[in-house]
Amino acid sequence: MGTVKKFLYLNRTAPYGSIYAQEGLEVALIGAAFDQEVSMAFVDDGVFQIKAGQDSSGTGMKNFSPTYRALGDYEVTRLYVEKESLEQRGLTVEDLMPLTYEDEEDDYKEKPSIRIVDSTELADILARQDVIFNY
Amino acid sequence: MLHTVNKSPFEKNSLRTCLRLAKRGSDILLIQDAVYAALSATEWTEMMMDAVNEHRIYVLEPDLAARGLSRDRLIQGVKTVGYDGFVELACRNDPVQSWL
Repeated sequence: MGTVKKFLYLNRTAPYGSIYAQEGLEVALIGAAFDQEVSMAFVDDGVFQIKAGQDSSGTGMKNFSPTYRALGDYEVTRLYVEKESLEQRGLTVEDLMPLTYEDEEDDYKEKPSIRIVDSTELADILARQDVIFNY
Repeated sequence: MLHTVNKSPFEKNSLRTCLRLAKRGSDILLIQDAVYAALSATEWTEMMMDAVNEHRIYVLEPDLAARGLSRDRLIQGVKTVGYDGFVELACRNDPVQSWL
């Protein structure tokens, strides 16, 4: 196996209105399957992707939001959500899906994957990446 | 006249332009990502509260549900409609303008 790179998937689009959100999630899962260090960030309308309670049955579109729950099993355990983007949209962390992972270094305890960060913290996280993908 | 808007106000200026160019008393239907504009406690809420006083504002219910939004999160005075209501609005109005 070659060098492990830090991949960050930066999600800035709402779900359903375009295909970007769904594609971004699928590509993130593919990247994780190749044993890269994958994290995701949700900024601007991207925060709506992980809103709890999505039910697209009335629209004829697939509800892909349950797939976010698989990220933890692929060791995508860092989902950064920008605080400012939530606030502009009247949302709090309680409005988001309770996404978790099992920490193998801590007796497989279930821990939250969602980390609320402010823009200064997110700027540092972005600067630390090897590759940033945009969706 | 019916105006439909399908873009998020956080991402595009379609809704702002629609509200600038809609005559008083218009029917305005928010569909797809534009349903986010009907949420209370956002940075667009104030503009939308003015719009509710000037126009009849509708939101497409299946698009709300897809995005995990319930009616109790909406600005007061915004009405929800289904696809049947969408058809009725389109039939009742002439012309229909789609703000993309």
